[in-house]
Amino acid sequence: MSEDTTRLFLGLVAVLVTASLVAGVLSYRSEKPLPATLDNLNARIKAWWIMVAGISVAFLFGTGGVILLFAFVSFAALREYVTLTNTRHADRWTLLGMFLVVIPVQYYLIWIDWYGLYSIFVPVYCFLAMPALTAIRGDTSRFLERVSEQQWGIMLSVYCISHVPALVTLPIPGNEGRGLLLIAFLIATVQGSDVLQYIFGKLFGRHKIAPNVSPSKTWEGLIGGILSASVLGAGLYWLTPFSPLEAGALAGLACIMGFFGGLVASAIKRDRGVKDWGHMIEGHGGVLDRADSLVFAAPVFFHIVRYAWT
Amino acid sequence: MLSGGGASVLQVVSGAALAGLARVVTGVRPIWAGSAPTGRQRIYFANHASHGDFILVSTCLPPGERARTAAVAGADYWNAGAIRRVIAKKLLRTVLVERNWVERTADPMQVMLDALAAGESLIFFPEGTRNMTEEPLLRFRSGLYNLALARPDVELVPCWIENMSRVLPKGAVLPVPLLCRVVFGAPLTLEEGEDRKVFLDRARQSLLLLAPQKDVHR
Repeated sequence: MSEDTTRLFLGLVAVLVTASLVAGVLSYRSEKPLPATLDNLNARIKAWWIMVAGISVAFLFGTGGVILLFAFVSFAALREYVTLTNTRHADRWTLLGMFLVVIPVQYYLIWIDWYGLYSIFVPVYCFLAMPALTAIRGDTSRFLERVSEQQWGIMLSVYCISHVPALVTLPIPGNEGRGLLLIAFLIATVQGSDVLQYIFGKLFGRHKIAPNVSPSKTWEGLIGGILSASVLGAGLYWLTPFSPLEAGALAGLACIMGFFGGLVASAIKRDRGVKDWGHMIEGHGGVLDRADSLVFAAPVFFHIVRYAWT
Repeated sequence: MLSGGGASVLQVVSGAALAGLARVVTGVRPIWAGSAPTGRQRIYFANHASHGDFILVSTCLPPGERARTAAVAGADYWNAGAIRRVIAKKLLRTVLVERNWVERTADPMQVMLDALAAGESLIFFPEGTRNMTEEPLLRFRSGLYNLALARPDVELVPCWIENMSRVLPKGAVLPVPLLCRVVFGAPLTLEEGEDRKVFLDRARQSLLLLAPQKDVHR
């Protein structure tokens, strides 16, 4: 495992160094002050360095580190999400419960590898308990709206995201001790697909997919992104228990889900009249701006792998 | 820098700890819309709906400015009980004023002017109390006008605190994590001979202008 981890780490550093060099040359040659796109590109690459460093540190601490990292991602994502929802005074206990009970319990269940409970804890117990708690408080104004917003927030920010570290618990024969690499594979292909879709869209983008939702999502970007990310996934098959062909297909599927995640996140932001979810990651926006594709990709990837490989 | 403006070591440490806590819970960030920190002495005047308000403003200030900035708070609240008194006097940087003019022993204006004379910047809530209504902002009391009249050299900076009333409303003990912002607007000056009511209204408008639309029309 350590050899593959080193190879992955060096590969990531090589990609980032290349990106930094290209952006550096572009910035050097460009007129000053830098145009907004280039400024944003520099900020994004800088943020990528920090994110890769953060993920690497978490991986150094093993499964526990990765679970803690994603519990924190869930916390930050839920905080961004709830900020945009309609909350009333009567929602306080439910909201506090989401942060102080649901997040720790969900990630603890993953830590102790209790699949039977962590896979239903949110959609069964939380989804029944949350509206009950809200109803006890007695405020029925926009009840359905408030409850739905809370439930979907916990679904996106906690339940879906928690399926990334949950990959480590999958008992895939012959893959013992390599669960973290499977997580690295999912993150690398989904985030890689985001970047590739962005690049293909910038270079060849003509036909918008849903102009009312996101003007930057084009068919050219989507198709180019998915194809190239599938190639990337196939190239990273050595991280996984899959053959190159299987790895490519799974990467392609994860990227399609990731695209839908980004699209849905854009629709929510458009509805609430904001451009970004937050401001935590310089150049990218909020945590959800970076994690929206992972939110949709993780549970589907998890269950397909679980069904077909365990 | 660390001991700047008369903050004790304990106050600097607890100020930094509170700022850290505020960042964890609210991810607060300042938006400098016309009043980036200059080092000049200031009165930050802000909307008030939560006990966390002055912590957010102080969190947004650079450490040097934070060390010389004190929050103007109600003595009736903070002197009620030994624990509150220790928090207000030893841990936080507060200037306590007595709001009840019948029983008071010290003139609140004089207390605030003394703090300004000692070089302090102030965080001031011109509504005089926490706003518990559906209105975005109550009418301003005269305090801000009196301060501006007495100390025309001190900058008056409007600060709109966004979302804190949802994080920690009145009576709540635990804060709900939500993203907050503090928008610092352009400094205001009292015009030569400007009427008290006109000035207070102008100050109130300058603060409301910094509020997001959703807060003004709710």
